[in-house]
Amino acid sequence: MAQQTVSDRERERARYRRRRALLRGAVAAFSTLVVLALIVLVVVSAPGWDRVQRTFFDWQDAKDSAGPIAEAFWLNIRLFVVAELLILVIALVVAVVRVSTNPALAPIRLLATIYTDVFRGTPTLLVVLLVGFGVPALDLTGLPTSLFWLGVVALSLSYGAYVAEVIRAGIVSIHPTQWNSGRALGLSYTATLRHVVLPQALRRVTPPLLNDFVSLQKDTALLSTIGLVEALRQANIISNRDFVFTPLVVAAVLFIAATIVLARLADWLTIRSLRREGGVIV
Amino acid sequence: MSTDIGSTVLRAVGVRKSFGRHEVLRGVDLTVDEGEVVCLIGASGSGKSTLLACLDLLVQVDDGEVWLESRDVGPREITDPRADVDAVRREIGIVFQAYNLFPHLSVRRNLTLGPVRAGGVKRREAKERAIRLLERVGLADKASAYPDSLSGGQQQRVALARALAMQPRVLLLDEITSALDPMLVGEVLDVVRGLRSDGIAVVMATHEMSFAREASDVVAFLADGEIVEIGPPEQLFDAPQDPRTAAFLARFRD
Repeated sequence: MAQQTVSDRERERARYRRRRALLRGAVAAFSTLVVLALIVLVVVSAPGWDRVQRTFFDWQDAKDSAGPIAEAFWLNIRLFVVAELLILVIALVVAVVRVSTNPALAPIRLLATIYTDVFRGTPTLLVVLLVGFGVPALDLTGLPTSLFWLGVVALSLSYGAYVAEVIRAGIVSIHPTQWNSGRALGLSYTATLRHVVLPQALRRVTPPLLNDFVSLQKDTALLSTIGLVEALRQANIISNRDFVFTPLVVAAVLFIAATIVLARLADWLTIRSLRREGGVIV
Repeated sequence: MSTDIGSTVLRAVGVRKSFGRHEVLRGVDLTVDEGEVVCLIGASGSGKSTLLACLDLLVQVDDGEVWLESRDVGPREITDPRADVDAVRREIGIVFQAYNLFPHLSVRRNLTLGPVRAGGVKRREAKERAIRLLERVGLADKASAYPDSLSGGQQQRVALARALAMQPRVLLLDEITSALDPMLVGEVLDVVRGLRSDGIAVVMATHEMSFAREASDVVAFLADGEIVEIGPPEQLFDAPQDPRTAAFLARFRD
């Protein structure tokens, strides 16, 4: 390899850039420290801080309650994983039906529209209560009676409507020339949808879709209202027994941890598909 | 002209099309014979692209007929609403100015999707066909690349190979070099030139006059939605009969 000669001017530029980078780093570090110190100072010097620390941030209480709450959180995990799969299925079917123009699907299209309108408009808590208490009261054989499945169904109905609209928006956003290219090759409508449009649409809506899933993960806590002892309910039980709030903070930490996993997964998926398709690398 | 020897593959009769109040095609007749290269020239907005879209049924004609000599069933009117559109399009390929490759699929899978999902070709056979075609367009090393990582000329050659993978009888090319710089135009046109040996009929809307002159059997000049003049390239370029043809060509001479 030939020795690369660098001009004096370029060396001087590099020195200046290094100096500037150092300065910028120092400013960022300093301002962060000042802001954090101020927050800590204000919170800790508050007259009620001792009491708040004892009830919300007590290390011993946290350690004591972490076990049972984490165990209960396993139920949340099972709830949202099953619900997420079910939601994807519901949403995909509803979205595809709503964009199709097949006359045979007209009645189903109408039902799908009513479904999204109704379930997007109803508070999730209300759906949970109606399904959780209403369905068992019907006394019909074949309908699920376990609280777990009632909970999953309630959340899936509610979130399926949201996610269906997200997917539909994704399908509509794919440029018509992609439809044309698929059809021009002789692919049928269904084949074009399945192999050309949907894969691109789903990639495009992955971020908003996972955003809905983050929201869903938190809403598994709503199922405590129909008697499922999940993390929030368990934390509540302990905090009512011991008159401390630290268990609630423990539950919050678990919910946050679960969403962070999902958020990083979303980032990874996005970057991977960008890389692979040779687009911009973020 | 090869009209006497070859048999007709595609025929348009009195094709009309309006968008709103704007009449884009006002009764176009065109006959394309087997293995023939037909170039459509004319100013932008003269109806070249719309005519190609009508021939591939991407746009519904307002009147007139398009007939295709089908491989298995003989001549049939494809503008008939009862025609099997997907079957027609398996025999008529089209390539667009903007390539429109499938960005989520590798180059090879861009070429195999049609044959496998629409042509009933076995996966392995489609793959071999894809590799042969990529070699032919000089992109064998790009089989596993994704379209967005290729240059415009490379993407357009992939688009050509994708259309050829369906082994069409007719290939419609809609200004396929218009988005490319002069260096890349050459490499795409070389591929089109090579199609002659396959016996695939080509209908090509183009602004590449030298290509039209040297590589086509028939040149049609369109203006205001009509074929003003049609004939062998020597006649059209050297002795245009219509003053509009002469005026259009004069602008390319300087």
